[in-house]
Amino acid sequence: MPAMKAHPNAPGAGLADRSGRHLSDRAIQNLFIWPTLTLLIAMNLFPLLYSLFLGFTDYSAIANKPPVWVLFRNFGDILASEQLWKYFATTGRYAIMSVGLQTVIGFGLAMLVRRKFFGSGLITTLILVPMMISPVVVGLFWKLMYNPTFGFFNYLLGFTNAAKAPDLLASRFAGQLVPGLALFAVVIVDVWMWSPFVMLLVLSGLNAIPEYLYEAAAIDRASAWFQFWRITLPQVAPLLLIAVLFRTIEAFKSFDLVMGMTGGGPGDQTELIAVNLYRQAFLGSFRTGPSSALAYIILIIIIAVSNLYIRYLNQIRGEA
Amino acid sequence: MKRLSIVLLAAVLLLAGASLFAAPKEVIILWAQWSPADYLQQIGSMYEKETGIKVKVVQEPWGSFGDRFFTAMAAKGTEWDMVVGDSQWLGQGATGGIYVDLTDFLKSTGIADSVTKATLTYYGEYPTGSGRYWAYPTEGDADGWAYRKDLFEDPKEKAAFKAKYGYELAVPKTYKQLLDIAKFFTRKDKGLYGVAIYTQKDYDAITMGVENTMFSWGAKWQNEKNEVLGVVNSKKAIEALQFYRDLYEAAQVPGLSNAFYTETNDAMIGGKAVMVMNYFAFFPALANKGTNPNYWDKVGFFPNPAGPYGNQHAALGGQGMSIIKFISADRQQAAKDFIKWFAQEKVQTRWAELGGYTCNAKVLKSDAFLKATPFNPAFATTMTFVMDFWNIPVYSQLLQVTQREFSKFVVEGQGTAKAAMDTIAKEHDKILREAGFIKK
Repeated sequence: MPAMKAHPNAPGAGLADRSGRHLSDRAIQNLFIWPTLTLLIAMNLFPLLYSLFLGFTDYSAIANKPPVWVLFRNFGDILASEQLWKYFATTGRYAIMSVGLQTVIGFGLAMLVRRKFFGSGLITTLILVPMMISPVVVGLFWKLMYNPTFGFFNYLLGFTNAAKAPDLLASRFAGQLVPGLALFAVVIVDVWMWSPFVMLLVLSGLNAIPEYLYEAAAIDRASAWFQFWRITLPQVAPLLLIAVLFRTIEAFKSFDLVMGMTGGGPGDQTELIAVNLYRQAFLGSFRTGPSSALAYIILIIIIAVSNLYIRYLNQIRGEA
Repeated sequence: MKRLSIVLLAAVLLLAGASLFAAPKEVIILWAQWSPADYLQQIGSMYEKETGIKVKVVQEPWGSFGDRFFTAMAAKGTEWDMVVGDSQWLGQGATGGIYVDLTDFLKSTGIADSVTKATLTYYGEYPTGSGRYWAYPTEGDADGWAYRKDLFEDPKEKAAFKAKYGYELAVPKTYKQLLDIAKFFTRKDKGLYGVAIYTQKDYDAITMGVENTMFSWGAKWQNEKNEVLGVVNSKKAIEALQFYRDLYEAAQVPGLSNAFYTETNDAMIGGKAVMVMNYFAFFPALANKGTNPNYWDKVGFFPNPAGPYGNQHAALGGQGMSIIKFISADRQQAAKDFIKWFAQEKVQTRWAELGGYTCNAKVLKSDAFLKATPFNPAFATTMTFVMDFWNIPVYSQLLQVTQREFSKFVVEGQGTAKAAMDTIAKEHDKILREAGFIKK
C-alpha cells in the first residue's frame, strides 16, 4: 500500500508551497515574528547600544569626524560638574514636590468620585481632560495664564494690580525676588495635568476593595479614619505605588512643560536635567558623546529609584 | 513571461537612471518659518516664470529650525538644496563639511562686490578675515527699536519730561536718554511700561539683547587673538550688563521674564510698552494695520542708541544662503544658478519691495528702499555698525554660558554684574582653549 501523504490542512502539517514543499509551523512563526523583531532591534536595541558606545567617545553628530574613544572622561566630567549636580538637585526637588502633590490630590479626587452620584461620569471625564492635552500646549497656555498683567491665575487669586501681584515664572512677588517660585509654578502645572492619572489608578484600586471589609469594620464600630488607614490605604497601596513609580520616572524626564513655560529660567531655577540634556545634545551644540553619557547616568538613577519602589511594592504584596 | 519581466525591469531601470541624470526641475530651500520666507517663495515664483525651474521654500519654526537642519545634516541629508542659515552656523557649516565653498563662485560672478562688506563678512565669511565665503548674504537684520510716536509727540508728555529731566523728549540718541524715557513712561497703576526687551533663555535671545548694550559700551567678546579674559569681563562690559539689568528692573513690562520677538511685539501691540527692542525683520508686524490695529500708524523706529563712551553698535541678526554639499553636482549647479539670478539688482530691489532685507549695497542706498517702509531708514543706518557673537563651531557652548549667566543676573537678580562676566570669561576661556581657538 503506498504511503499516504498528510493532508496539507491537517494539524501540525504547515502550509504547502506551489512545488508541494511544506512550511513548518516553526517557519511560519518565524516569518511572522522576525520582521517585527528586526524592526524592534533596529529602532530600540541598536540605538541603545550605540548611544552607550558613543558615551565613551567625544563624538559630535555634525562635526564630520569619526568618534574618538575617551573612555570614562565624559562620565568623569559629568560627575565632577557642580552645575550638573545642581540640575540633578533641582530635578529631585521637582520630582518630590510634583509627585507628592499628585499623589495626595489624585487620591483625594479618587475618594470623591468613587461613589456614583448624578453627573459623576461627566465630572470624571472632565477631570481627565488635562492629561489628554499635549504638554507643549499646556505649557504655552499656562504661560499666558501666569502672566501678571492679563493672566487668569492672578485674577483668581484676587490680584488686579500687576505691580503688586506675583510674577510666578519670573520668581517675583510684587517685584521682589522669591527664589523657588518659578519651580513651584511648573510643579502646579504638572500636578494639574497628571493628578487625574493617579486618580484613575487609585480609583480602580478603590473599586476593587470588597464591601464586606467595610461592613465588618462598621459592625466593629471602626471610625472613618480607622477604616481609611487600615482598609482603604493598604488595599490601594500597590496601585498607588505603581502610579507614584510612573510619575517619578516621568518627573525625571520632564522637558516639554518647562521649555514651554520658562526655558529653564529664570537663571537656572527650572533647569531640569532633561532640559540640560536637550541643550547639550541639540540646540546647536550636538555634543553627542557627552550627552549620551549624561543620558545613561540619568537612566541609572531612574533604575535605582524604580528599584526602591519595586522592592517596597513586593514587600507590600508579600505582606498581603 | 520570464523574458517579458526582464524587458519590463530593464525599461524601468533605464527610466530611473535617466531621471537621475536629468537636469533638476526644482530647487528646494530650507528656512525658518516667518514672513521673509514667504517673500522668498514669491521671489521663487518669479524664478519659475523666467526659467521653468520650480523653487520651493520649506519653512520650519524658529524653535526647531537649527535642530531640524543639523540633525538632517548629521545623516548627510539631501532633501534640501540650500539653507538660509543663521550667521552663527557658518563655522559648523564650513568645518563640518556641510556647506559648499562659494568663494570662487561669489568672486567670479561679481556677487561678492554687490553686497555690503559688513554683510559679506558676517553672513558669508568663515573664518572671519580669511576671504573664504560659504553663504550669499540674503536677509540682513539687526536689533533696533520701535516706539510710540503719539506719546513722544504729545505736548503734555513733552512738557512733563522736560520739566523732570531738563531736555526735550525725543528719539533717544544714547542709552542714558533711553533709560530716562523708559522710567518716565513707566506708570504701573496705568499698566504702561517703558520697555519690552529680550530676556528669553532658550536659545540666544537674552544674549542678543545684552549685546546691544555691550557693543554700544565699546565692549567685545574677544580680542584679535580670540582671548577673552579681561575682554569679556572688562569694566565696560560689566557696566553694560549692569545697565541692561537696571533697565529691566526699572521699566520692563511684567510677565516678560522669558521674552523674545513675539512677546516684545505683543507688548507694543497690547499698548503695554512705549519702546520695544526687536529685530527689524519683525517690525513689519508693528507697521501693519491687520496685526497692530490700535497703534500701526503711531509707531516709529530708531537704531540702537550709543553708549556713554561714544560707541554705537547693534547686535547682528540675519541669514545667508548656503548650498548643501551632500547634493549632486547638478543640483549644486542649479542652486548656484538661482543665487546668481537672485543677486541681480532688479531682483534684490523686488526682494526689498516685498519686505526682505536686502544686503545689496546699491539697493540699500536707494531712495526707493529708504522710503519703502517706516523702519528702512533705521535699518540702513544700523547695518553700518553691526557686530556679531561668535560664529565658530563651538558657538553654541559659548552661548549656553552667556544665556545662563545673563538670565541669572538680569531676570533672577542673582549675584553681581562683575561675578556674571567673570564666570562667562572663565568658562569661555576654557571652551576656546579646549577647542583650540586660543593657542597655549
